[in-house]
Amino acid sequence: MESRSGHLSWLPHLILVLGLALVGFPIYVTFVGSTMTTPEILSGHMSLIPGGHFVENYLAALTQGMPQLSGVPVARLMLNSLIMALSIALGKMLISFLSAYAIVFFRFPGRMVCFWMIFLTLMLPVEVRIVPTFQVTANLGLIDTYGGLAIPLIASATATLLFRQFFLTIPDELIEAARLDGAGPLRFLWDVLLPLSRTNLAALFVILFVYGWNQYLWPLLVTNTASMTTLVVGIKSMLTVDANTPWHLVMAMAILAMAPPAAVVLLMQRWFVKGLVDAEK
Amino acid sequence: MQRRVVFDGKLLPYLLVAPQLAVTLVFFFWPAAEAVYFSTQRQDAFGLSTVFVGFENFAAVFADPGYLHSFQVTAIFSVAVTLLAMLPALLLAVMADRVVRFASVYKTALMLPYAVAPAIAGVLWLFLFAPGIGIVANALKWLGIDWNYLLNGNQALLLVIVAAAWKQLSYNFLFFLAGLQAIPKSLLEAASIDGAGGFLRFRTIVLPLLSPTTFFLFVVDVVYAFFETFGVIHAVTGGGPSKATEILIYKVYYDGVVGLDLGGSSAQSVVLMIIVIALTAVQFRYVERRVHY
Amino acid sequence: MATVTLSAVTKSYAGNAVIHGIDCVIEDGEFVVIVGPSGCGKSTLLRMVAGLEAITGGTIAIGDRVVNQVEPKDRDIAMVFQNYALYPHMTVFQNMAYGLKIRGLSRDAIRARVDKAAEILQLGALLERTPRQLSGGQRQRVAMGRAIVREPQVFLFDEPLSNLDAKLRVQMRVEIKRLQQRLGTTSIYVTHDQTEAMTLADRLIVLNGGIAEQIGRPIELYERPASLFVAGFIGSPAMNFLDGAAGDDGRVVLAGGTVLAATAPAGSGVTVGIRPEHLVPAAESEAAAHLHVDMVELLGADTIVYGTLGEGGPALLLRLAGIAQIAAGTRLPLGFPPEQLHLFDRATGKRL
Repeated sequence: MESRSGHLSWLPHLILVLGLALVGFPIYVTFVGSTMTTPEILSGHMSLIPGGHFVENYLAALTQGMPQLSGVPVARLMLNSLIMALSIALGKMLISFLSAYAIVFFRFPGRMVCFWMIFLTLMLPVEVRIVPTFQVTANLGLIDTYGGLAIPLIASATATLLFRQFFLTIPDELIEAARLDGAGPLRFLWDVLLPLSRTNLAALFVILFVYGWNQYLWPLLVTNTASMTTLVVGIKSMLTVDANTPWHLVMAMAILAMAPPAAVVLLMQRWFVKGLVDAEK
Repeated sequence: MQRRVVFDGKLLPYLLVAPQLAVTLVFFFWPAAEAVYFSTQRQDAFGLSTVFVGFENFAAVFADPGYLHSFQVTAIFSVAVTLLAMLPALLLAVMADRVVRFASVYKTALMLPYAVAPAIAGVLWLFLFAPGIGIVANALKWLGIDWNYLLNGNQALLLVIVAAAWKQLSYNFLFFLAGLQAIPKSLLEAASIDGAGGFLRFRTIVLPLLSPTTFFLFVVDVVYAFFETFGVIHAVTGGGPSKATEILIYKVYYDGVVGLDLGGSSAQSVVLMIIVIALTAVQFRYVERRVHY
Repeated sequence: MATVTLSAVTKSYAGNAVIHGIDCVIEDGEFVVIVGPSGCGKSTLLRMVAGLEAITGGTIAIGDRVVNQVEPKDRDIAMVFQNYALYPHMTVFQNMAYGLKIRGLSRDAIRARVDKAAEILQLGALLERTPRQLSGGQRQRVAMGRAIVREPQVFLFDEPLSNLDAKLRVQMRVEIKRLQQRLGTTSIYVTHDQTEAMTLADRLIVLNGGIAEQIGRPIELYERPASLFVAGFIGSPAMNFLDGAAGDDGRVVLAGGTVLAATAPAGSGVTVGIRPEHLVPAAESEAAAHLHVDMVELLGADTIVYGTLGEGGPALLLRLAGIAQIAAGTRLPLGFPPEQLHLFDRATGKRL
């Protein structure tokens, strides 16, 4: 429906460019801040052209122990974030794939009960039941462990429902053909279903990686020592109330905290957009 | 929805659902049940014993002016975030659906905030608006506007609203765009032939067909504003100044984790659970109806 | 190669019987077609032979072995599905090789078998393609190739041609017949298309409501249909049916008063069947009845004449070879050759 008459054809572009500016400006200014020194930032007339301290600031953030973080460098926080995000993404995909497979491809007593129990988890985000979930995790001795960071978040219905929806579209004859070929349930899962689910798996990976990396309240509660916390949570500790905030490092940390999920989204956007819209249907 | 053809297996299906079921039971049903249980208990000052108090915690929560204030803040916050995340997203999606050149560039760039954590979104906007530091704050000062969200509650609320909405813009944009692209072009062409101009077409055809998407996003955005924005609040304002930005989820955290009031916090959790369940139920009713079209 | 023996085979779902006791011995190397309208249970019967549906009662034996409790993969059969059921992510080669791989055949043996099947089916150039890159006819061939490579005792075909367009369907029909003759493998083929059934089958099983109405060679079914259902189902255009009754002397009289050269038990209600191609125009003096023509279709090879038997009487179809110059509105004198009449008991539908 591109307008045939030439008039006003620039208007959508103008609006979109304004949209880009709105989206991009805060990120850009943060990036500029990450290439300056804190006095430059605090000068009252911060430049909008990147400064000359890019390498220096990022190197310092990644490798230097931060006093605000009990001497833990950002590289360690990034590693924690990465382990948490990957564990959540892969863990959710694994357990959801298996449970959706059982629910769709088998008949067994209690099948619908299982389905509804999983389905109900859709209704209550971790934030609502945060305090008791924390207590359960504490009782299990999972405070300050990677298990504590990831396991309580890997039970969710979204992935199971997405897989279930996809599994229901697999033609019956394909299963029958596999049975005639002599493939049992596990062989079918591995040889046929898994390769056919590639697109869905890729899309889910993006959604779940971003979800896991961006967690805030949960890692805030479940980690006590700075060396176990995540980058997103760690930034908050750098923003002290007094004037000693090392803004150049905070900005570098913010960029470092955005880069991995943004890279995953951008690199896999073809699957991600389709998967996101499908997942929520 | 059931398959006609299935595999045989007695033990295997149970083994396959076991991991998810175990995690769900331990970290979902158990805590949810505990929240309900603790919401009816009161602990003594040393946490040594608890007594059953019925709905007393709920009564106390609803009698607390701080809680009612938090409710009010949450209402303003979530409505503002939802509107501010949806309207520009709709405008941008309509424009992005219309252009051919650079379409993928726009789409990719507008996707970016989706990848940004709410807490980081808060930090980005904080850096723009921090009094005496941020370039926008300095510009406002230069314009003669007295900007200091650390002291002014309304300004603080405005800042967290903008930061929270900014992050959610991408999600809404992607869904609106997908919704627009799902509208059959022949429908719009038929309307053109019927003589409907651009805006009329949008109002009478595009908007009604987009209403399921709009409704879905409305619910998602409200849930987002209720819960996921915790990071924005915690990183930017810490609920202040003087509780001007203390939304319900922040209060649950604050009373339960900082204030160690287990009963009160659990009662608040239960109230929140009821709100989410209601929202989700409404959404499913609606989605189900849509399926029957 | 093997015989397939169905003995009193029944199937019911939650107490509802859908197959009511089928008995049939399918000889070694025979091509048997199960034909019937949709919902008659023909696919269910085939799937019971395949082992995809449990057998409620009776037995099915392949060769000397009763297979009621045998897993599909162990029955030594291969099946071609209506929608082909190819694995979308595997190449043509992998699709054909998958079953052999699971069976643990050596790489060389798999290669040899797939190459041989590909040669028979002219798939050699397509082996590295995925199903998505193939046309409907090519997919169909791959599905057959997957069956062939297993060198089974029995081929099962579940409406394999119904997803193809009309022209391709005729072509593939011939190919399937040739292939079966070349391989000599016992085959059971399900279709709702009576032309396909007639052309492919050594023997036909006409299934109606879960009951085998008649089992026999196609020509037998055409010439001596055992029931009204078979008579109406086999042959195109379908057989004409006229109401009649046998008088005291046993002579059959049509509802319009026409007396036929046929007899039935005195006093019984009779349905008289005659195929459109067996009705003949007669000289006016010898006419048994008149066809009031209301429409004529000239098909070139033959001519189909639509009309009624007498003014306002029952509808009647007449098929004449070649191009016949008959105009709508005319009265056409007809003869009923006695040897071409089929008489059925009106109450039971059985042949008299």
